[in-house]
Amino acid sequence: MSNNYLDIIRPGINTTFQDKGRDHLYHIGIPFSGAMDNRNYLIANKLVNNKLDIAVIEFAYQGPHIKYSGERINFAVTGDVIFSIKKKNNEIEGNCYQSYQIENGDEINIVSTNKSVYGYLALGGELDLKSQWNSCSINTKANIGSNDGKKLDEGQRINLKKINSNKDIKKINYINTKIENIRVMRGTNFDYFSEKGKQIFYEKEFIVSKLSDRMGMRLEGPKIGNIVNTNIKSEGLIKGVIQVPADGNPIIMLSDHGTVGGYPKIGVVASADYDRLVQMTPGSKIKFKEINLSDAETLFKLYEMETQNLLSQI
Amino acid sequence: MIKNISNLGDAALYCDFGNEVNKSINSQVIKYFKTIKEKKFKGINNLTPSYNKLIISYDLKKTNFKEVKNYVENIDAKESQDIDSKKLEIPVCCHENFSLDIKRLEEILKLSREKILENFLNKEYFCYMTGFIAGMPFLGDLDENMRAQRLETPRVKVPKGSVALTEQFANIYTFESPGGWNVLGNTPLDVFDSSKEDKPNLINPGDTVIFKEITLDQYKNLNE
Repeated sequence: MSNNYLDIIRPGINTTFQDKGRDHLYHIGIPFSGAMDNRNYLIANKLVNNKLDIAVIEFAYQGPHIKYSGERINFAVTGDVIFSIKKKNNEIEGNCYQSYQIENGDEINIVSTNKSVYGYLALGGELDLKSQWNSCSINTKANIGSNDGKKLDEGQRINLKKINSNKDIKKINYINTKIENIRVMRGTNFDYFSEKGKQIFYEKEFIVSKLSDRMGMRLEGPKIGNIVNTNIKSEGLIKGVIQVPADGNPIIMLSDHGTVGGYPKIGVVASADYDRLVQMTPGSKIKFKEINLSDAETLFKLYEMETQNLLSQI
Repeated sequence: MIKNISNLGDAALYCDFGNEVNKSINSQVIKYFKTIKEKKFKGINNLTPSYNKLIISYDLKKTNFKEVKNYVENIDAKESQDIDSKKLEIPVCCHENFSLDIKRLEEILKLSREKILENFLNKEYFCYMTGFIAGMPFLGDLDENMRAQRLETPRVKVPKGSVALTEQFANIYTFESPGGWNVLGNTPLDVFDSSKEDKPNLINPGDTVIFKEITLDQYKNLNE
């Protein structure tokens, strides 16, 4: 039994525990999972003096409303998120990228994300979660991870097994930037597509469809024509791969993706752009820009340096 | 042998062993898979063997395409020592409750239900790979006259345990999932068990599978 715990008054739409993810399991059909927006996940942990790789609460669109019971603890929210903190009879609006202290009976109400999909709530301590294959990340499709692999539910209680003694308040100035173009490299089946199809892929705008989740992002727009075969023999995938099935509408593989797939791959999103890609809401316009491998590696180095730089400022 | 290595994005190697699907090419893929897995090269975080490809993904913070490619090109892929391939009998019930696409198969294959079952059951199938969803085995090869394309519009939910066909392959849906394969029957066995972290998959690449028909009553008893 723990004396420090959270009660979920309202779970939100798709609220899960996520950490760094689980590796070395693609060959048995288990994807990486883990926090969708890795940078915001890391910052959340750093703001509350946690180890960077432990599980936080990830939410999409509407987040959870939580009541806290126990000794004083820090928490922080990252992303572009509207939330409030209720202390006794006083409710204040919260700001992302700074830690707050809450006490027994206080509530955190995460109303919604703002023009973005995912946000993160970290508490200064360690949640008491079951780890499976070295990760607490919840994969709701395969029911793997903590919480029996299911998203958080109304009325459930989550215990904390540890509270950080360092309760210093921390803050960082950070704004989530949007990028106009998502940079991609050619996929291994690029030549399956017609000249017109290739042109459409790089020159036209696509719209993020409502049928997007942690597994994949479906796009709508002009159809991409195939001149070879709309099926290939199933083979391995990674996150960021853009497959085009027979209907000509691209699908981008995200963190909970199927580990193999049988549709031709027109492109792969640069790792540097992944965190920003996953934050694009349904209805957003998306345009692809071709880069080569060496550009992508450089962009990732820069992105990673920027992330480390942000973390070192906290 | 690996015919060509290219990049799949900036964080994976795409090793191409050819385009045919057969045991000999697949065993080459598995040989490389096992060798690399045992050696634990710095930064490699996933290996995905399939019929004739091997995808090697890596952490771009720790290594890069050039390093991993150089490593794979110079690797001495030995025959794997652990020959733990099993022969498994999988009970399958083809009662109309489960054989969701039998009408479609009868039409496409121009075979009666009885003939389809006779062609499918009691034969040895080789497990080429597992994946898509956790533990799903990709088995082959079906007889020439048993090969049907995927559904034009995939199902949003294929029931757990569904035994389904497409082209020369059969698979088993280890849990409820979207999918476009032709469903012929259902097995009461748990083909994927996440509580067994060491060996969650009942069927693994290299194993041989034989489907044995059971009645609805037997299915219900096994499902208890």
